[in-house]
Amino acid sequence: MSSARRARDGARPPIRLLRNLSSKLAAIPMVLVGLGVFVGGTIWTIVHSFTDSRLLPRLNWVGFDQYERLWSTRRWLVSIENLAVYGIVSLVLTMCLGFFLAALLDRKIRFEDTFRTIFLYPFALSFIVTGLVWQWILNPDFGIQSVIRGLGFSGFNFDPLYNPDLVIIGLLIAGLWQGTGLIMVIMLAGLRGIDEDIWKATRVDGIPIWKTYIVVIIPMMKPVFVTALVLVTSGIVKLYDLVVAMTSGGPGISSEVPAKFVYDTLFTRQNLGQGFAASTMMLVTVAIILIPWAYMQYREKRQ
Amino acid sequence: MTAVTPRGAKPQKALSPRNIMLYGALVIFSLYYLLPLYVMIVTSLKDMAEIRVGNIFSAPVEITFQPWVKAWSEACTGINCDGLSRGFWNSVRILIPSLIISVSVAALTGYVLACWRFKGSEVFFGILLLGAFIPYQVLLYPLVIILRELGLFGSLWGLVLVHTVFAMPINVLLFRNYFVALPEELFKAARVDGAGFWGIFFRIVIPMSLPIFVVSGIIQVTGIWNDFLFGVVYTRPENYPMTVQLNNIVNSVQGVKEYNVNMAATLLTGLVPLVVYFFSGKLFIRGIAAGAVKG
Repeated sequence: MSSARRARDGARPPIRLLRNLSSKLAAIPMVLVGLGVFVGGTIWTIVHSFTDSRLLPRLNWVGFDQYERLWSTRRWLVSIENLAVYGIVSLVLTMCLGFFLAALLDRKIRFEDTFRTIFLYPFALSFIVTGLVWQWILNPDFGIQSVIRGLGFSGFNFDPLYNPDLVIIGLLIAGLWQGTGLIMVIMLAGLRGIDEDIWKATRVDGIPIWKTYIVVIIPMMKPVFVTALVLVTSGIVKLYDLVVAMTSGGPGISSEVPAKFVYDTLFTRQNLGQGFAASTMMLVTVAIILIPWAYMQYREKRQ
Repeated sequence: MTAVTPRGAKPQKALSPRNIMLYGALVIFSLYYLLPLYVMIVTSLKDMAEIRVGNIFSAPVEITFQPWVKAWSEACTGINCDGLSRGFWNSVRILIPSLIISVSVAALTGYVLACWRFKGSEVFFGILLLGAFIPYQVLLYPLVIILRELGLFGSLWGLVLVHTVFAMPINVLLFRNYFVALPEELFKAARVDGAGFWGIFFRIVIPMSLPIFVVSGIIQVTGIWNDFLFGVVYTRPENYPMTVQLNNIVNSVQGVKEYNVNMAATLLTGLVPLVVYFFSGKLFIRGIAAGAVKG
């Protein structure tokens, strides 16, 4: 490839900076966005998380004070705990359900397109739409709870959105509804990439189908699983609109999440330093997840 | 090799236990995914009296379109009472320039990275890709400052710029990978014929890459239309996009809750991406798969 690329450079102007000038001009947006917004903005936020900025950003150093205060704020601790619970459950269930649905669709069934369309359409919707629909379905006076009570089970209780202990379950039901379709499509692409002969070989050996999946197919699909894992995780960290639409963080503060904490702290409570510290913590979390993945990718490329 | 082997699939009975399990599982899961759509539709076609006495799963006894009319043109957000129509037109006004600019910038950048690399271009590309993983919350305030310096804060153009910035990583990746796969000979032949940077882009690359433009367009239409966070942060109430208006209508604390109007409004907001989804079919899946598998 690279020799061919070099051939593309064709006639070379004498001054290095002027070589390929149109191309460099066309790359200006990328440079501005990459350096100016992504790198510059991130550094700016990290730097200001060590200051006592309140209403306006200012460079008055206070060391780790904002972080100490953050980690002793109950609302933040609740946010972190919620994200951890939501994250772990949603990760496991999204992966399992996504793989399960993909495996079902991969069994050479009829109406595959119809089923795939049904499983994937929620992904096209806004989290606001998803949150509001499920808020209505889970409404205790009209929704599932009242329907089941109407069937004669008068003691039936299911109102997760009004119960601090169960509110995460409500969020999970909606989040899974929207998120599994995407993972299913990715898993399906992975399953389609597996050679027919492998299935034939396991059939000849008389290995049952479920065992083939666990012992042969899943280990072969490792890269697909890793991709799905990264996708789901980055989606979980962004969890914001769904909470705003479904519960507004309530009841009380029982469904607060970090992304919402940052937004509220920056724009409604006007406590910039706290907001910057919280968003820096989010960045650190993403980095902890991302760096091993990037390293793995890099090592595979080297081999 | 003269051995005769049976060919084709093994004939299967339609009603084998295996099939019953398989289709049974698929149908049960389909119910979970279809239920909200069904509930939205039936709720939006009932009047409030019927909602109060009935249950959410029952079909409407008397179909009424009043909730739809009200959601579109009369529902109140606490600031004004002209329904979702205002938010819809705001979203359209945000969507069109955002779509054109973000796709154009991404396509051009992808073209640079695929065909006209220069010293350092790959480094910038790497930085751009890392940007895809930065939580939006980290960049919210820096962008407020950037927009304020540019005099765009609170205007539609500010939001257009924000959408363009956050669209870059994934879309540039998409375009670059597509352009790299174009045949090298075309490029050389064009160079021999004296076409330059722009000539090759407009006369050869773009006409050959319509599918990827469609894929990128689909990603952007759904992404921009469904955005809530940037709409809240970077626009003023008179410019709120549809998602923000919808949330304000449904979760407003004043007045009687009109569930049928709320569901009509929710459906209206979801219609645009749903229409895009149903009409783009395979391309939509290709778009997310391309974005996902390589992202």
